[in-house]
Amino acid sequence: MSTEVVTSTLPADRSALRGYLAQLSWGKVAAHLALLALVVLWTFPTAGLLISSLRDKDQLTTSGWWTALVSTETNELARLGTAADQIEENGTWHIRGKLFEADSGRSVVAFGTSFETVAGTLPGQPVEMRDGGEINVAADGSYDWVSPTPFEVTRGPRLFYVVSIPPEFTLDNYIEVLNAEGIGRSFINSFTVTIPATVIPILIAAFAAYALAWMTFPFRTVLVAAVVGLIVVPLQMSLIPLLRLYNDIAGITGGSSKTYLGIWLAHTGFGLPLAIYLLRNYMAGLPRELMESARIDGASHFKIFTTMVLPLSFPALASFAIFQFLWVWNDLLVATVFLGNTESTLVLTGRLRELLGSRGDNWEILTSGAFISIIVPLIVFFSLQRYFVRGLLAGSVKGG
Amino acid sequence: MAGISLRKLRKTFGTLTVVHDIDLEIADKEFIILVGPSGCGKSTTLRMIAGLEDISSGDLVIGDTIVNDVPPKNRDIAMVFQNYALYPHMTVYKNMAFGLELRHSPREIIDKKVNEAAEILDIAHLLNRRPKALSGGQRQRVALGRAMVRSPAVFLLDEPLSNLDAKLRTAMRAEITKLHRKLDATFIYVTHDQVEAMTMADRIVVMKDGHIHQVDTPQALYDRPVNMFVAGFIGAPQMNFFPVAVARGGTSVRFGDRELPLPARLSEALPPGSADRACMLGLRPEHFHERLPVDVDPAMTAEMDMEVELAEPMGAELHLNGVLGGETVIARVSPRCQARAGDRITLIADLSSAHLFDKKTEAAFGN
Repeated sequence: MSTEVVTSTLPADRSALRGYLAQLSWGKVAAHLALLALVVLWTFPTAGLLISSLRDKDQLTTSGWWTALVSTETNELARLGTAADQIEENGTWHIRGKLFEADSGRSVVAFGTSFETVAGTLPGQPVEMRDGGEINVAADGSYDWVSPTPFEVTRGPRLFYVVSIPPEFTLDNYIEVLNAEGIGRSFINSFTVTIPATVIPILIAAFAAYALAWMTFPFRTVLVAAVVGLIVVPLQMSLIPLLRLYNDIAGITGGSSKTYLGIWLAHTGFGLPLAIYLLRNYMAGLPRELMESARIDGASHFKIFTTMVLPLSFPALASFAIFQFLWVWNDLLVATVFLGNTESTLVLTGRLRELLGSRGDNWEILTSGAFISIIVPLIVFFSLQRYFVRGLLAGSVKGG
Repeated sequence: MAGISLRKLRKTFGTLTVVHDIDLEIADKEFIILVGPSGCGKSTTLRMIAGLEDISSGDLVIGDTIVNDVPPKNRDIAMVFQNYALYPHMTVYKNMAFGLELRHSPREIIDKKVNEAAEILDIAHLLNRRPKALSGGQRQRVALGRAMVRSPAVFLLDEPLSNLDAKLRTAMRAEITKLHRKLDATFIYVTHDQVEAMTMADRIVVMKDGHIHQVDTPQALYDRPVNMFVAGFIGAPQMNFFPVAVARGGTSVRFGDRELPLPARLSEALPPGSADRACMLGLRPEHFHERLPVDVDPAMTAEMDMEVELAEPMGAELHLNGVLGGETVIARVSPRCQARAGDRITLIADLSSAHLFDKKTEAAFGN
């Protein structure tokens, strides 16, 4: 009975496999390989950054993050005890002690009496000491220096050893950067900049886009063309004029030219052309009959905007929100120019740049700081990515 | 009360005139259908009545006020669109209630009206669904319901059935006719389908190229088309045309080397001096017979040979497509006829029901 089943299903399996192979085309394979390459290209450094940031800072300096899950070996030295520590036991004299704390999970791989012979002896084998007697070192780091005669050393000799350190993960790096290095404060500053700098342009652009898409007024197409033209203006061009304008206003009002309000408006201005363009195109693609039907139902332009266009444009709004959020969050130039470098205004990107200068050797600080700065974009992207994809495809697929 | 007058109504887009100074009187509670081929201006006319298009010149009067500049919401109209235009992010209930909510109607009244309309249209069980989850026919009903709840004086329907399949279309046709009777409102309906126009309308407006060609009841349009366009457009299969010349002082016409008798109503309608005038003789497919019907005067018939190229059995009748005297014709005969493709058969043309058109102006004689 069972053999019958087997023989009858085998050919079916084979033909299914053959069918699957027949469907494979080189183009498909190439596309999948390219996708795989992109995924690796992106995931690999990110994973490295995350793992590095979680490692112990001493291990981080001695070995790469890809060794994080295996033990690492480093050379260390310790001073042994002196004659004062000796005890007599059965006619021999002992100095006992520990090279390191036994419960730290470390173990001695090899040891020697000089830097050159550090890997000369395995634990358990005795080695002669220059100060007389011989020494036994156990793998757990405890040693027993034995001599038939009493010791007279007053300064403990150095013992060199190779130690194997088990992998160690810690959140200490994060705690340190968040508190001591000011990343925590900058994190909040970045949010203070980014959230209004995302919301304000969307609010303005949504209204503008509706008007440009669905209201008839003179010079509408000229306005749309102007908006498209503004997209290609590099923002570097307007930094200095804008800053001078801010300084003039600050001079009149007596306030500072480097304020949060200033950078919100700057980011709003830089983001608006693209926002209006994207949203207008999306809204113009909404069915005309919908607006006409609402008009006959008695809706004003404002009503149509709030009850029809805004809900239906959600994918486009979300996709632009991601664009703008990521751009503002990762921005350094505009923040440096319009916000300055004081403790209460320094954003994450600026803080990281400062850390690169002042703590360039402390990788544990740089990696954890960097990861804190990318965690927010990651969350934003993954939570909204379906709108992102749909928003980018907006208009290309009818009824999509 | 809600009669509508179109007075020299014109619509231009730039230099292009799509509706040419049309005049039309629509009586209160009338079911009127604008019909014509694509691009004839029928939808534009409807949209002008709705207020969705500006009126370039002329007056639009609803009741007894000129409403040229009255916004759509104040015209006491409701419109049903070809693709339904349901609000995709609202439930059926919300879709139907939207117009009333904008008018700040009390909650109980909205509830009552929506439920009433849903009951009439048999969509009460769908009220909580989104349009996405509805079939084409159901969406159509919701669109009708959305128009109904506001109890407008005028319903405007823009090809509402053209997105439905043939069977559903026939069913909805009957339902809309019933609805018109029940709602007691003026219906203005646009379609390119002459069957819809014939079956539903009180009066049909035939349009072409922005002009109204004829306004009349369906049967009158069929029996007395004013020109070749109307004659060809109304009726399926369409009327057959034969180039002829007037002969014998108007009592007959020459068709090739044959002479066909003309009924008195046509000969009398021919203006004096019409000898040899080039005309088009129109004969509907059902005016060809295999054998002489009892109620037709034999003097008013002519035997004509037809080469059958295609025989389409319709069940109740048989459509013969073929060539007759050099002209392509369609004849509608009894299904008992044995003629098949390739046959040559003799048909009896009943000329007492013929139409005669001037070849140049295409206008009909004798109407």
